[in-house]
Amino acid sequence: MPDYTLKVRRYQPESGEGAYWQEFKVDLDPDLSVLDGLLQVRDREDGSLVVRCSCRAAICGSCGMKINGRSTLGCKTQIAEAHEQANRRNGGTEPIVVEPMANMPVIKDLVTDMESTHWTKIRRVTPWLLPEGDPPEREYVVPPESMIDITQSMACIQCGACVSSCLSLEVDPEFIGPAALAKAYRFVGDPRDAEARGRLYDLAQDPHGIYDCTHCFSCVDACPKDVAPMDQIMRLRRIAGDDHDIDDVNNGRRHESAFTKIIEKKGTLDESLLLQESYAQGVKGKLIPTPGAIKGLVGSLPTAVRGLRTGKMRSLAKLIPGVHEKLPGDAQEHVQRIYTHAEEHREELNLYISGEEELEPEPDEAETPTPEAAIEPEPDEEGGR
Amino acid sequence: MSDLKLAYWPGCVSRGFTPELHGSMAQVAERLGIELVTLDRANCCGAGVIAEHNTELADTLNARTFALAQSTGLAMMNICSTCQGAQSECQQRLDADSAYRAHINEALAEEGLEYAKDKPGFENKNFLWVLVEDYGLDQLKAKVTRPVAGLRVGPFYGCYIIRPRHRIGYEDHPERDLYLERVIETLGGEVVEYDGARKCCGFPVITMNRETSLRQAGTHIGDALDAGADCLVTPCPLCHLNLDMQQPEAEKITGRELGLAVLHLPQLVGLALGFEPADLGMGKHIASTEWVEARLAGGVPV
Ligand code: SF4
Ligand code: SF4
Ligand code: SF4
Ligand code: SF4
Ligand code: FES
Repeated sequence: MPDYTLKVRRYQPESGEGAYWQEFKVDLDPDLSVLDGLLQVRDREDGSLVVRCSCRAAICGSCGMKINGRSTLGCKTQIAEAHEQANRRNGGTEPIVVEPMANMPVIKDLVTDMESTHWTKIRRVTPWLLPEGDPPEREYVVPPESMIDITQSMACIQCGACVSSCLSLEVDPEFIGPAALAKAYRFVGDPRDAEARGRLYDLAQDPHGIYDCTHCFSCVDACPKDVAPMDQIMRLRRIAGDDHDIDDVNNGRRHESAFTKIIEKKGTLDESLLLQESYAQGVKGKLIPTPGAIKGLVGSLPTAVRGLRTGKMRSLAKLIPGVHEKLPGDAQEHVQRIYTHAEEHREELNLYISGEEELEPEPDEAETPTPEAAIEPEPDEEGGR
Repeated sequence: MSDLKLAYWPGCVSRGFTPELHGSMAQVAERLGIELVTLDRANCCGAGVIAEHNTELADTLNARTFALAQSTGLAMMNICSTCQGAQSECQQRLDADSAYRAHINEALAEEGLEYAKDKPGFENKNFLWVLVEDYGLDQLKAKVTRPVAGLRVGPFYGCYIIRPRHRIGYEDHPERDLYLERVIETLGGEVVEYDGARKCCGFPVITMNRETSLRQAGTHIGDALDAGADCLVTPCPLCHLNLDMQQPEAEKITGRELGLAVLHLPQLVGLALGFEPADLGMGKHIASTEWVEARLAGGVPV
């Protein structure tokens, strides 16, 4: 069996020492996982190595860790793949780098404190159903189709990989974060929940809520269950702004609607107009700018003035909204027609649910679990996903 | 002479706040022998923001751009990681479902346009991908007249050109998240490894959470400086806005003096092709590029 080297970030607080790196050789079937490698180290070489795991089949969510810098599950990462990945750039014999998850405190070796960040944030979004009135005598009955939309967020196994990968959390520990916001969508989208509006309002009024996500896709790549937390956050924004008319403290909705309107009018982006419209639509007598908006507008002025000085913004005119050219000929009218057409339907295609046609993947490598499996997770059916 | 001819979507920002990008791309393409046919009727990709409001709208707008490109019979090139990401996301949905595609095409019919799935020869690629996959690093190397020897360059990709993994095309091009390093080496520069190369610059939340945004930008710049970088290079003008234009603001937030030049990808290529920094609009940057110029002139000890 081939040999692999694991370079593990160790931390043993009772020793009084800081964290350090240690390399271990394991000999393992290439199909086995990095977690299997760590367990072999613990069995054969160093019983003090601490790692959390249970199912070893990507179901329980215990074994979140960083492998070669990527947040993932130890049991879902094949050791041969991890080895290849560690050696992509230079070839050769670089070790597989294994670290505890980021954005949360380390308790010991690869075990992080899930309580202080992950679970606290999950509780922050009221992760239970808030139905209207007294509960029915038996179970709530809803048409199955009405639940399909939230199956993706229900697939979460609370492993924390997305939290570990989140690039916004890295600089803003107060950000509610991907797992908790995906969980929030799970209830906002639930037809039995009566508090969708209240939930959305709450998340929009928190400056570290839905508009604090930088749209970086890290959580989408990290999630072992295809929950795509970022996509759920975008759904929360869409529903809050467009369906419930909720303005947020981060000015996110104004920014989005200003951007969207400018493209309708001009076809390409007019940054000056965007600055003005997203911060201070009130100037045009439509909406009153919020104090946050005024602060934002003032905050962006030094940047604009500097841009003018170096010639980055070609002329003063660039700072005056409205001088930006439309698309040539009748192109702009066609763009406007597209708006009319699309705003009539606002159809949303979620490939997690509909899948991709014409590809007909093998059943066992289908990209998306069937909605049924996601509604009622059968442990042995989900193995390996 | 290369026989590459491409439909070209310059994006909005390259013609607005980063005019030096559009200008240097045009000159560099000419010297490389890549012919660009500008899609001047095309519209903004929506940068993910329009999709946030209405995915059907974003999909239709980008289907229009693809259809315009397809009507030229050429493959399409963009020069913005964000365009790449926003457009690929729409393309994935358009390609996944024929009924949806037909519905979207209805909205394009009046202009005589149609987006066709799998049209032979049609692809939408960032200049970085074109350079490595279609132009080729060997051909690029042959064009280098003034290697950027001794220049220590930190790559900065921008999220959307490397994530999400299922949409980037790694199956066919597994090294797409290593191309900047390859290009830097081909041009004679030295790659600087630092923590932020594949992280987010923070631009998408600059108007929503300035502190988060500038802390991201400032941290990456600081890490690159600590690793000894002379400059960063990026294929994304929006990253450039946050890393360069906002750099003085990032200094205030992080409480650290920065001052690191940030080059657009075509500018770095242009330097190695023998263009002068002024030709490439480097004087328009906020963070001074003098250090880079001095390094290239041999004026700074390595
Ligand atoms: S997309 Fe948003 S939630 Fe996900 S990792 Fe990035 S910042 Fe965090
Ligand atoms: S969303 Fe995905 S990555 Fe995040 S905790 Fe749930 S399963 Fe893990
Ligand atoms: S992403 Fe940016 S540069 Fe690209 S088209 Fe949209 S606004 Fe313009
Ligand atoms: S780094 Fe920032 S601007 Fe660049 S692609 Fe990511 S989010 Fe966009
Ligand atoms: S051990 Fe259960 S998910 Fe890895």
